[in-house]
Amino acid sequence: MSQVAVAASSTAALAAWESTFNQLADCLLDQLGGNEHLSIELAGEQSHFMRLNAGKVRQSGLVTDASINIRLIANQRTAYAGFPFTGDLAVDRVVALSQLQHLRQDLPQLPEDPYIVLPENFGSSREAYAGQLLTPDQVPAALLPAVQGIDFTGIYASGPLVRANRNSAGQQHWFATEAFVLDYSLIAPSEKAVKATLAGQQWDQTGYEAQIQQSMTQLQVLDRPVQVIDPGQYRTYFAPAATAELIGMLSWGGVSEASMQQGGSALTKLREGESLSPHLTLKENFKLGLVPRFNSLGEVAPAEVPLLVDGQLVNTLVNARTAKEYQVKSNGASAYEGMRSPEVLPGTLKTEDILNQLGTGLYLSNLHYLNWSDRSGGRITGMTRYACFWVEQGEIIAPIKDLRFDDSLYEFLGAKLENLTDTQEFIPCVDTYGARSLGGSLMPGLLVNNFTFTL
Amino acid sequence: MKFDLHQALNQLNLDADWVGLRQVNETTTTHAVRDGRPESNGRSITQGVMVEVLAQGQFGYAATNHLDQASLQSAAEQAYQQAIATSNWAIHSFTPDVRPKAVGQYQSPFQQPLDLISVADQLDLLVQVCDTLHVSDQIVKTSAFTQTLETEQNFVSSNGSDTHQNFGFVITDYGATAQDGSVIQKRTDNGPLARCYQAGSEVFDPEQVLARAQQVGEQAIALLAAEDCPTTTTNLVLAPDQMMLQIHESVGHPLELDRILGDERNYAGSSFVKLSDFGQLVYGSPLMNITFDPTVPGEFAGYAFDDAGMPAQREYLIKAGLLLRGLGSLESQARAKVPGVANLRARSWNRAPIDRMANLNLEPGQSTFAEMISSIESGIYMEANRSWSIDDYRNKFQFGCEYARLIENGKLTKVLRNPNYRGVTNQFWGNLAQVGDRSTFEMYGTPYCGKGEPNQCIRVGHASPTCVFNNIEVFGGAA
Repeated sequence: MSQVAVAASSTAALAAWESTFNQLADCLLDQLGGNEHLSIELAGEQSHFMRLNAGKVRQSGLVTDASINIRLIANQRTAYAGFPFTGDLAVDRVVALSQLQHLRQDLPQLPEDPYIVLPENFGSSREAYAGQLLTPDQVPAALLPAVQGIDFTGIYASGPLVRANRNSAGQQHWFATEAFVLDYSLIAPSEKAVKATLAGQQWDQTGYEAQIQQSMTQLQVLDRPVQVIDPGQYRTYFAPAATAELIGMLSWGGVSEASMQQGGSALTKLREGESLSPHLTLKENFKLGLVPRFNSLGEVAPAEVPLLVDGQLVNTLVNARTAKEYQVKSNGASAYEGMRSPEVLPGTLKTEDILNQLGTGLYLSNLHYLNWSDRSGGRITGMTRYACFWVEQGEIIAPIKDLRFDDSLYEFLGAKLENLTDTQEFIPCVDTYGARSLGGSLMPGLLVNNFTFTL
Repeated sequence: MKFDLHQALNQLNLDADWVGLRQVNETTTTHAVRDGRPESNGRSITQGVMVEVLAQGQFGYAATNHLDQASLQSAAEQAYQQAIATSNWAIHSFTPDVRPKAVGQYQSPFQQPLDLISVADQLDLLVQVCDTLHVSDQIVKTSAFTQTLETEQNFVSSNGSDTHQNFGFVITDYGATAQDGSVIQKRTDNGPLARCYQAGSEVFDPEQVLARAQQVGEQAIALLAAEDCPTTTTNLVLAPDQMMLQIHESVGHPLELDRILGDERNYAGSSFVKLSDFGQLVYGSPLMNITFDPTVPGEFAGYAFDDAGMPAQREYLIKAGLLLRGLGSLESQARAKVPGVANLRARSWNRAPIDRMANLNLEPGQSTFAEMISSIESGIYMEANRSWSIDDYRNKFQFGCEYARLIENGKLTKVLRNPNYRGVTNQFWGNLAQVGDRSTFEMYGTPYCGKGEPNQCIRVGHASPTCVFNNIEVFGGAA
């Protein structure tokens, strides 16, 4: 199975949505009174989801879903309304105008909001990335023959995604992309697994089959008896996917300026003078072009926002509302001030030297279910998952029975961080809660000394 | 104009073995106030139809938010094509038996309608909550959040199903963050978003709400001066607002049949439970009785029918510590050949249903709270979840709580901060030593149980008495 025709782009469908959205936005903006301000956001997708278990199809289907969120501001008060966007202007216009009217009734009942940010025109943008994706009917024949006889489990998600923004100051943003993500595990009889993702805008059958072959080769390494490792402190290598899990925690009460100001950040000590490892540099990098740079207020983030440079906290993520409340400068962060396109810069550890430099310790491909065990102390707990190994004197000995860790980022991203790999991997964001996510992170591997495992 | 689901079904032109249309209309109204100032206020509406088609033993689905006949016909054809295109690769060949005919209605219980309270009154109450939480200048942040959801779900099918379920959900969350130098402690109203109910505006009774807010603020301040939870192995007493998390993570998820069947291994994970364990495995001590019960009035995940049309009823999953039944729908029961429950549920119209928890409860025992505490010479009492993590087989867990008290010589003594505990599921439940009586029984829930590919957050309810566990590792925060 190497020849699979790819589907024509769904450019026409996206063009129809863009046209309808703009007409609907014009209609809403035309209704505004002199003291009213409005921002209008669109998020939509036309998705094919195929869920796989043991090389078979568990569920398969299509979801066409889009919604609009409008925010009305008047007399120092603000409220929002969200409603479906069907793409049928006659239908959507009635609902939109009705919701605008509801907001006008609600607004006087709300207290004044001292931190309201009025819409501004920061400049407009239009980005559209056409893809070459499989049609839904083609997917089984493209994916499944290559994985027969192995325990292949996961999800294939594909189709166009749209984010757009208009406001009463005249700003217009449109971001559309056609993309797929295959997120899968090849599972060994020991129940250990090779976890991998394949993501892009053009389906490449040959590339897919080559990746599966590579995963199958890795699977053979897991076909050894599982070793039980006692809790304790070990030298530990975190592969890029595991690094992404650790760094991702900083989007949850970490790099947010609001959380820093309100006692909810794990990085408060960095502002008080502590620092992390000089090996560590973390930034938001929108040059990767995977997510829109505009946020829900229409602000456009700088192409790069350095957060940690050589272990020093140099910026937090700040949106305009936080900026107004705490008299700091906005850098166009999202409403929740989490990272949208994080990158950790590489170090000097060559891929071929990872096992030798690790010596004796743990090689962790993936982590699972991280949480703060003491947020203000920067302590994170979580589990090892999938392909994790015990290594002795630079040689993989055996896959391990999963371990629980509990350690402080001030330690494992501080003095215990020995090096980072000299290459990075792109770890796509595969979340599909409510809607498919965009983007991902660019991460190297981490070599850490004396990482703490507790159970 | 109201969309006629029956007419839409009747006008579909499709040669399938079974067709079902599930329509969801949901309005979510959110009010959030921080430090007495409005933070986020508004409402969101979602509506759409999920078309499920069974053809050649395989289900296909297509969902649309455009409610007209042409869009429904197109969705039905897409769903049919997906069923046909994947039928040769299907994990199981299903029959219409997994979508039994269901006819009936459901209405969430409530004492006062949700729209009885105006937006202005709602905001006024939330500002008062913030003021009440602010018991001291050491309170550096107060927050008050309410969310109400009005959900209408209709289901019709080619084999005569016709159900209409109306839900009213209320979620509240009030919290205070206290700070003294580098010590920061947060206390909430039974844990973040734990107060989730099917109810009406009676939930916003100001007297009760403000009394709770006062206690939350005072306990946040008390935590600032408290000692850290000691590191030791001891008797652990868990309040119902932490038991809900313990039940959810270490009983609910491992008993989901789709996890045991492997569907979730690439995402949420698998389970230490095997299909052969049903009827055989001693899950916990003889005091452990777990029920699946969507019929409990007011509990968050009540319903009359699941999304397959199976009537909901109370079932014992674990009785006297013995595992009897899994959390598996008719689809999973057909695949696994073990008994299950009515739990095929989707988050909304845009997701296909899978095995979920609903209301999953620990049944009350015989001990009063005073009897339990007085029987313990040395131990720790913990309330309200703040941290949760468990492995993908649901064995090794570590949970943290907001607030704890030391138990010395049969009495609650010092307040302790940063309380955590860890364990392994089967051993932990085997150490269940006392189960509180109905006077200790409380009901909570969460809107954010995550699972599935594509991902779905779903509402679940958990009720439990206070419980005592022996020989548990407890510990405190970072040095």
